[in-house]
Amino acid sequence: MKYIIKKILMMILTLVVVSFCVFLAFSLIPGDPATRKLGTEATPELIMQYREKMGLNDPLLVRYFRWLISFIKGDMGTSYSYSVPVSSMLMNKLPITLTLGIMSFVMMIVISIPLGIYTAKHENGYIDKVIVVINQIIMAVPPFFSGILLTFLFGMIFKLFTPGGFVSYTQDMGAFLKYLILPAISIALPKAAMSTKLLRGSVIAEAEKDYTRTAYSRGNSTTEVLYRHVLKNAMIPVITFMGMALADMIAGSIVIEQVFSIPGISRILLTSISNRDYPVVEAIIMGIAILVIVTNLLVDIIYRIIDPRIETME
Amino acid sequence: MMKKIYGGRKSLSLILVLLSTLTITLSGCSSKKAEDSVTQDSNVESTSAESTDASQDEAGIEETDDLSKITVGIPQDLDSMDPHTANGAGTKEILFNIYEGLVKPDENGNLVPAVASEYTISEDGTVYSFTLRDGIKFHDGNPVTVEDIKYSIERNAGTDGSEPLVSAFSNISSVNIIDDSHIDIVLDQANTEFLAYLDIAIIPASNSDTEGNPIGTGPYKFVSRSPQENLILTRFDDYWGDAAYIKDVTIKIEANADAVVMDLEGGSIDMYARLTSTQVSQLSDTFEVYEGTMNLVQALFLNNAVKPFDDVRVRQALCYAIDPQTIMDFVSDGKGTEIGSNVFPAFTKYFMPELTDTYNQDIDKAKELLSEAGYPDGFEFTITVASNYTQHVDTAQVISEQLKEIGVTANIQEVEWNSWLSDVYTDRNYESTVVGVDASTLTGYALFSRFASDAHNNFTNYNNSDYDAAFANAVATADDDEKTKYYKECETILAEDAANVYIQDLPEFVALNKKYTGYVFYPLYVQDLSKIRPAE
Repeated sequence: MKYIIKKILMMILTLVVVSFCVFLAFSLIPGDPATRKLGTEATPELIMQYREKMGLNDPLLVRYFRWLISFIKGDMGTSYSYSVPVSSMLMNKLPITLTLGIMSFVMMIVISIPLGIYTAKHENGYIDKVIVVINQIIMAVPPFFSGILLTFLFGMIFKLFTPGGFVSYTQDMGAFLKYLILPAISIALPKAAMSTKLLRGSVIAEAEKDYTRTAYSRGNSTTEVLYRHVLKNAMIPVITFMGMALADMIAGSIVIEQVFSIPGISRILLTSISNRDYPVVEAIIMGIAILVIVTNLLVDIIYRIIDPRIETME
Repeated sequence: MMKKIYGGRKSLSLILVLLSTLTITLSGCSSKKAEDSVTQDSNVESTSAESTDASQDEAGIEETDDLSKITVGIPQDLDSMDPHTANGAGTKEILFNIYEGLVKPDENGNLVPAVASEYTISEDGTVYSFTLRDGIKFHDGNPVTVEDIKYSIERNAGTDGSEPLVSAFSNISSVNIIDDSHIDIVLDQANTEFLAYLDIAIIPASNSDTEGNPIGTGPYKFVSRSPQENLILTRFDDYWGDAAYIKDVTIKIEANADAVVMDLEGGSIDMYARLTSTQVSQLSDTFEVYEGTMNLVQALFLNNAVKPFDDVRVRQALCYAIDPQTIMDFVSDGKGTEIGSNVFPAFTKYFMPELTDTYNQDIDKAKELLSEAGYPDGFEFTITVASNYTQHVDTAQVISEQLKEIGVTANIQEVEWNSWLSDVYTDRNYESTVVGVDASTLTGYALFSRFASDAHNNFTNYNNSDYDAAFANAVATADDDEKTKYYKECETILAEDAANVYIQDLPEFVALNKKYTGYVFYPLYVQDLSKIRPAE
């Protein structure tokens, strides 16, 4: 319990630091939301009036605390470029990026765990050797490249999907999910390859330990030893990796959403940065930060469930 | 942990099941394909028996249904749905389909009555009288009233004490409602060009949420919008003029420029304007490519206030060293129209083609001018260019090469558009830049006002008393011939004084799927979707 409270306090501190960094970064880079919004024909007077109205003339700290207080109250502000509340704008986009993230995460798990166990169990077997080589190749290919490749292959040659033909979940859920398959594969593949490799190595290392031999000597079959003893220990580094991969996948989706023309959160983030739309950027960055922190927390908790020794070590 | 037991075989079969599920889901996509790619080659198709069936099944229905809708790709999302606060050229050209002013431009650049059915301008150019078009309706079905006109004009004029949204509207002294169908706009100072500004959208006074619920009088009405995704329009059946041909229009935001050709070929968009010549060369013959001009002045704009560009000889030397034709050859396969001053050719009233010969490439002359100015060994300067405009970046590179011949080193600094807006355009903190400048209205004022020494948007810091005098005369006179004469004088001064190195009006390529036809170019930033029709 004490541990959880400590973690939550750390989380709040991290969020404050992150949000301030975003504010600071925006005040350091050139560009101004007022000139962006009002364009080239605007008179200096009109720009001043807009800056005044939006509170852009106040000092950095004043603006920051004004934002922080309303954020705590649950008000994320209004987008400069779209003049709509940030919350409603993001709520419409969140399901897209979330679905993509979950799909690629699930893909990573369902591909890598069975594959990792299989290759470890049949170490140096024929299939293992092939998979190790394929793994190496896939790890070396960045998601955006496999994205372009997949689009070309399935879109232009096999014509199994329409490049750029994104369908929103509000129109047709089935078509929406279908469209997200290829992007999810592009994101999941390198992660799955890495996680397979990690799990394979980890299982092999654990299988050589003393307790494994003891388990065998007690008359257990290979399968029982593997799933009841070895895997528990072998999963720890893999779970750490998957936790990190989840955060990485969100970052990866920024690129993939561009490649596949998916109008999700990441695309909003990119355009909002170039529009200097602080409220939107702040809200998204905070969302990502919370996600990363919560994932880390979950990973910690899962450790404890798998291996109760971790608790007593502290 | 629960006792879960998978045999070695089982895990292998699990993989197989997974793989086959993936394969099945992917091939499930084939029915989706038929919807969008109507134009694909059936030979390619027959490789997969399943998908051919699917496409044939749907082909019959698609044929009739498909042409009543079109998907148009645009490079950037609209900056606003409120026609009075929207300012991006890419936004206004789309809003043209939703909103109309008292008058609006036609494809020849003439102003034709729209919300007003007729207008008169008083002899002295101070009173503009309009007659409201009989029976004209807003998209919500309500009739347009003179109050709505008054509201729309005053909203832009800043009558409530705020800054006017349209600076020319600060000249309005009053908007007077005469009766239910007549309204007068009275100006403080005579201005015969004022009509061009009255293309400003007329919107209902009762609408409190123009951004979220845009209502206009144009041929298309707003259905829905999703940021960074799309804007959906549908034909307005009570439109006063010629109704649009195509019923449903989806404006799709193509954030990834590299995917445009693939999306056109794949069928997810049917039309895209502003393609580069490289993209055009990648298109198959499923597309008709319309060639026009962008209607802007592309130049190497020089900050006339910084050394060495404060010296006319240096500016002229650059003009002699740079050859627009070479630039056009490199940047857009020789397409484009050379210009010699701050007017693009579509502006036939003011365009003086002879000015393109003011400086023909002459390296010796350029070197001579440089030594006279005290730079016999050349100098070094920076061209700041917005990285999102490929043509301008490419142009800057060719310029940099050409200037090497006269010993001048031009370093290219690519910046993001926003930095460009604030550093170069607003703060004027730069040496030179390559950019295209358009005209917000079809008036001489819009073209020439930015070079008056006291203009707020004089980003080149141009300062020439002869120019200021000619410009003031042009604005002051009510006589059209006089006005044209003075504006042409302005144009000549800009060329002879080498205010900037004027290069070209860039070519514009619009790709339209051959299922459709009827794309028309306007001399302004306009994408008139109501003229596009099925090809039959």
